[in-house]
Amino acid sequence: MTQETQTKPSPPQLDRADTRVRHDAGIAGAVRGFVDQIKSGDLGMLPVVLGLLLISIVFTSLNPVFLAPNNLVNLLFDAAAVGLIALGVVCVLLLGEIDLSIGSMSGLGSALTGVLWVNSGVPLPLAIIAVMLTGACVGLLFGFLRNKFEMPSFVATLAGLLALLGLQLYILGPTGSINMPFTSPLVRFGQILIMPAWLSYIVAIVPGVLILVGAMRTNAQRSAANLSSGGMSVAVVKAAVLTAALLFAVFYLEQGRGVPWMFGVFVLFVVILNYALTRTKWGRSMFAVGGNAEAARRSGINVQRIRLSAFVVCSTFAALGGVFAAARLASASQQAGTGDVNLNAIAAAVIGGTSLFGGRGSAWSALLGVLVIMAISNGLTLLNLSSSLRYMITGAVLAIAVIVDSLARRSRASHGRA
Amino acid sequence: MSQEKKFPTKGEVILKLRGVSKQFGAVTALDNIDLDVHAGEVVALVGDNGAGKSTLVKVLAGVHQPTSGTVEYLGEQVSLDTPATALEMGIATVFQDLALCENLDVVANLFLGHEVSPWRMDEVQMEVRAWTLLQELAARIPSVREPIASLSGGQRQTVAIARSLLLDPKIIMLDEPTAALGVAQTAEVLNLIERVRDRGHGVILISHNMEDVRAVADRIVVLRLGANNGVFTAETSHQELVSAITGASENSVSRRAARKLEEVGEDQ
Repeated sequence: MTQETQTKPSPPQLDRADTRVRHDAGIAGAVRGFVDQIKSGDLGMLPVVLGLLLISIVFTSLNPVFLAPNNLVNLLFDAAAVGLIALGVVCVLLLGEIDLSIGSMSGLGSALTGVLWVNSGVPLPLAIIAVMLTGACVGLLFGFLRNKFEMPSFVATLAGLLALLGLQLYILGPTGSINMPFTSPLVRFGQILIMPAWLSYIVAIVPGVLILVGAMRTNAQRSAANLSSGGMSVAVVKAAVLTAALLFAVFYLEQGRGVPWMFGVFVLFVVILNYALTRTKWGRSMFAVGGNAEAARRSGINVQRIRLSAFVVCSTFAALGGVFAAARLASASQQAGTGDVNLNAIAAAVIGGTSLFGGRGSAWSALLGVLVIMAISNGLTLLNLSSSLRYMITGAVLAIAVIVDSLARRSRASHGRA
Repeated sequence: MSQEKKFPTKGEVILKLRGVSKQFGAVTALDNIDLDVHAGEVVALVGDNGAGKSTLVKVLAGVHQPTSGTVEYLGEQVSLDTPATALEMGIATVFQDLALCENLDVVANLFLGHEVSPWRMDEVQMEVRAWTLLQELAARIPSVREPIASLSGGQRQTVAIARSLLLDPKIIMLDEPTAALGVAQTAEVLNLIERVRDRGHGVILISHNMEDVRAVADRIVVLRLGANNGVFTAETSHQELVSAITGASENSVSRRAARKLEEVGEDQ
């Protein structure tokens, strides 16, 4: 494949006509491209991988329990709720906006679940739908404030943070907390339910297979359309490495309790959002508005509707994250969604590689980032550190993530990579 | 939209502006502008800096709304209240500031807002159409999968022009399309403008470069201080055009020419 352009002088492929461009092909080419990318400030997954490695080494040396299979299973249980919230944050960050009310929204979500389902006896699915609709309405309100009054989302959602927290306290009433029955499906989902081992292994193989099939189909389409096709070598290596890593992860988790359903559902949402962001017109418009809102408007994109949709998606995910959190804790309390939930979710998105400046990011960043954040929080808890220290350390990690984001952005600008 | 079906015949009036004014606060940017654009002709809009050319383009593109006046498009009075409306009707614009998204690649920018199959974007088909279009324009874009941020000014200009042609519009407005281009690309853009005109589109060309304007324009509309200041043809002499643009036969251009002439005379 690598030598094709030199050996075959027949009509050049559409995208290979320009001789000034170095066309990386094959595995060596992919590696070279990756190094160039990192050098120019397009860090991708690198900070997360390094971060996870560093965290594992430090915490394991301090307390070997950290890497025990069951501790990791717990970590995944904990990650799902914050991960869902972070997934919504990715959407608003892509537009260069921010939502500071996500913590309160998740708290309100868990409180509503408790009130509707436990106190009023509404069937659980209906209660969850009602909670998500509430989230959507709150998102609509933020979007409306941003669109009609040009209210900076920072201020609008800061007001929302207080207002939603007030609403949460109000509907919880004087008792302040609602316990959920331990035998109920929701709490079992949040604390016990594990995917069967065979299903976990199958799920671990799927991404690799999808990469291979996808690469084959794209290559066939591209060569049919007289475009260069990258060849299969890169896809094969990628798929092999990914499958090996996932299989090992599942195998390791199966030494403990296994992969939680809760985490599986979260990953499913990540996959769906990833598809929406990368393969649909809506996703393309999100990146366009985040990159240059005026240019997007002049291309005929309804910028206001895109903004509205981002806030709605964000608040809905936050509300659903609240349901997950309630399931995990088996209660809806006044403390739900307060404290570090807000910052953890935003930090997860940023650490995962979604830029605070808009126009860059992916759904995967929520998944990767939340693993880092939860690993830190879990490790610190294992060390029996007080929450005061945990807050300080999480704050420092967020600051570092933002600094890395800023530096990478500057470097990209000087390398002409936006 | 009934105008989607019928394509205007050559010579038919596509666009008719009557008494269009635009005020920004106390400033009158456009004052009672009349403008006709026929199918199959190139109308050049010329004028000094601040004459209102770009404002007029933005009004027609739906970016700004006129304070007063009427716009008739294919015989029907229309209001161009958003860029999307203008694009749908078939008025495409290449803005002076290009309006490209730097974080997206060339293909994404070309198809922005009009992606092929919105629920499952067909990247291969979009890439093929992007290459075909760029080759028609004899464009030198190294790779359509690089973000716009890595392209040079001229390459960005080409991408912007290519994008305006994608939707097969009836009128194309080009705001200073050749300002950032090299000699060969300028010629290509001028060829392109003629090709577009011969296909029956109306073209509105804004340029400071009188040479380019004369090369392709069928009519030259002069704006001065936001108002109409005469309509000329390519045969009009340079002096006449300059005096229409500056508003006096005795102007800085003629004075400079006279001084140069004197200097040459003294040297001899």
